[in-house]
Amino acid sequence: MATDTQTRQAEPASDRPGRIDAVPVRHPGRWVAIAVIAVLAAMLVHLLVTNKAFEWSFVFEAMNQSQVINGFLKGTLLVTALSMIVGVGGGVLLAVMRLSDNPILAGVAWLFTWFFRSIPRYILLFTMGTLGILFQDGVAFGVPFDWKIIEWLGFSGDWRLFTLDANQIFTGLVAGVIGLGLSEAAYMAEIARAGILSVDKGQAEAAEALGMSSGKVMRRVVLPQAMRVIVPPTGNETIAMLKDTSLLVAVPVIGELFYQLQSIGSTYYKTFPIAVAAALYYLAVTSVLMVGQYFLERHFGRGFGNKAPRAARPAGAGGA
Amino acid sequence: MTAAAAAETAQPRTERLVHAVNVTKSFHHNEVLKGIDLDVDRGQVVCLLGPSGSGKTTFLRCINQLETIDGGRIWVDGRLMGYDDRDGRLYRLKNKQIAAQRREIGMVFQRFNLFPHMTAIENVMEAPVQVKGEGKKESRVRAQALLDRVGLGDRCTAYPAQLSGGQQQRVAIARALAMQPKLMLFDEPTSALDPELVGEVLAVIRELADEGMTMIVVTHEMSFARDVADTVVFMDAGVVVEAGRPREVLGNPQHQRTKTFLTRLHSEHDHP
Repeated sequence: MATDTQTRQAEPASDRPGRIDAVPVRHPGRWVAIAVIAVLAAMLVHLLVTNKAFEWSFVFEAMNQSQVINGFLKGTLLVTALSMIVGVGGGVLLAVMRLSDNPILAGVAWLFTWFFRSIPRYILLFTMGTLGILFQDGVAFGVPFDWKIIEWLGFSGDWRLFTLDANQIFTGLVAGVIGLGLSEAAYMAEIARAGILSVDKGQAEAAEALGMSSGKVMRRVVLPQAMRVIVPPTGNETIAMLKDTSLLVAVPVIGELFYQLQSIGSTYYKTFPIAVAAALYYLAVTSVLMVGQYFLERHFGRGFGNKAPRAARPAGAGGA
Repeated sequence: MTAAAAAETAQPRTERLVHAVNVTKSFHHNEVLKGIDLDVDRGQVVCLLGPSGSGKTTFLRCINQLETIDGGRIWVDGRLMGYDDRDGRLYRLKNKQIAAQRREIGMVFQRFNLFPHMTAIENVMEAPVQVKGEGKKESRVRAQALLDRVGLGDRCTAYPAQLSGGQQQRVAIARALAMQPKLMLFDEPTSALDPELVGEVLAVIRELADEGMTMIVVTHEMSFARDVADTVVFMDAGVVVEAGRPREVLGNPQHQRTKTFLTRLHSEHDHP
């Protein structure tokens, strides 16, 4: 110990190791990779620009057709949005049911998930389009089994508030949204359940100890934290849903992006440019969705991780 | 015994805030509490001591119904916890009614359990706004005052992850106090803290005790128990071994188990 101090003191200051100026590790592989990728990229650009089969002017003309834009807005965007609303809302509800103490609710949620995850979406949409055959007298809202009760009591007439034409429900975009939404709810239920289970038990206990009702505990404390886990896979699901709207043709719905493009393609015998046009649409929307997902993740990630949160929140700003 | 039990059902308002009789609790055939009796008067500070696994934390959690008890009765402020006693027959309370009973009891956890998605002040405001329906403005003013009181008035907009363990625990105390509880339960409030942060949290609890808050504190901090507690209760293997004034129980323990526990604790402190 003593000798150590002595030797150190004996050394002149200039002999003690100073700033490190080392030769960094060389990465020759990176330069090779850059060269290879540069060549491949050049080939791709060359292909895109010079290959006549792309027929870019036709691609953009097809993309600009009013029935295509209409199909894109209604059949693709609107159906994606509505189906995801049904899916996320239904999924969270199913997850809460599945995790509840009530065995009946938990069982119903399990059965729903089992059924709708088992049926391929294309077949589900096809079935939705034909479901009207089950309800040839229409779908009535009122007292269940009213005709039996009326028969027993010896009355006449009916106890129905209003009747919808089943063939109007199970057709077109409505059938599409019902089919895609229910199917999505089954998948979202599992995502939401994983999110809820990811929240530390101490969180619910702390909220309960403050006297919060179980509904408030879920809405104010558990779900906002579960969203951190729920949002990224939900972004995935939304993007998948966007593309699954091209299955609407099974209902059948023709007011949808890909069907409209295809019909232009078959009219002019141009299939490849049509595929390019469709890809460009889907690429564009997916890009926008990914930006949206970034902001959602940032919102629900507040208070977690190292990133500094927005400096000052406006007075009175609540939680979720 | 039956006469005494009958008398207890119709408890008059007394100095006694917590009255627990013969509390039993099992987890999967493992009896954790084997008939605990405990009385806490208003303004009193009771420290629960004992080796880990002795049932201290479980008993604390039974008081505010985070655990349901298998036997015995717990009254807080004259109200039977978790059940409605109608002529000797007990009816389990609905979740809503249990939530209402919990509002009177603040709890502070070993792991703080602050809501990580809310800032410090939002954590404190949450229960008054959501449970009591207090206005946001009014609640913000009170929350600010509570955070000032625990020495964190300047960290209102910080998220829990940006606070040290000691600061988080002080926010958690402010959050519990925001409901203006009659009774505060502390479950090893300093066990998850770095040694140099223990003091700041104990100081806040000590201040609360001086202001006359009724408290039950599960702790391993012997000097805190000696200084602050009116009564210390030594538990082991699900029973109360010994209870009394801190000087008596800690200075002159009557039971072998208490002696062994205290000796072991002292030797740990003497030879770290």
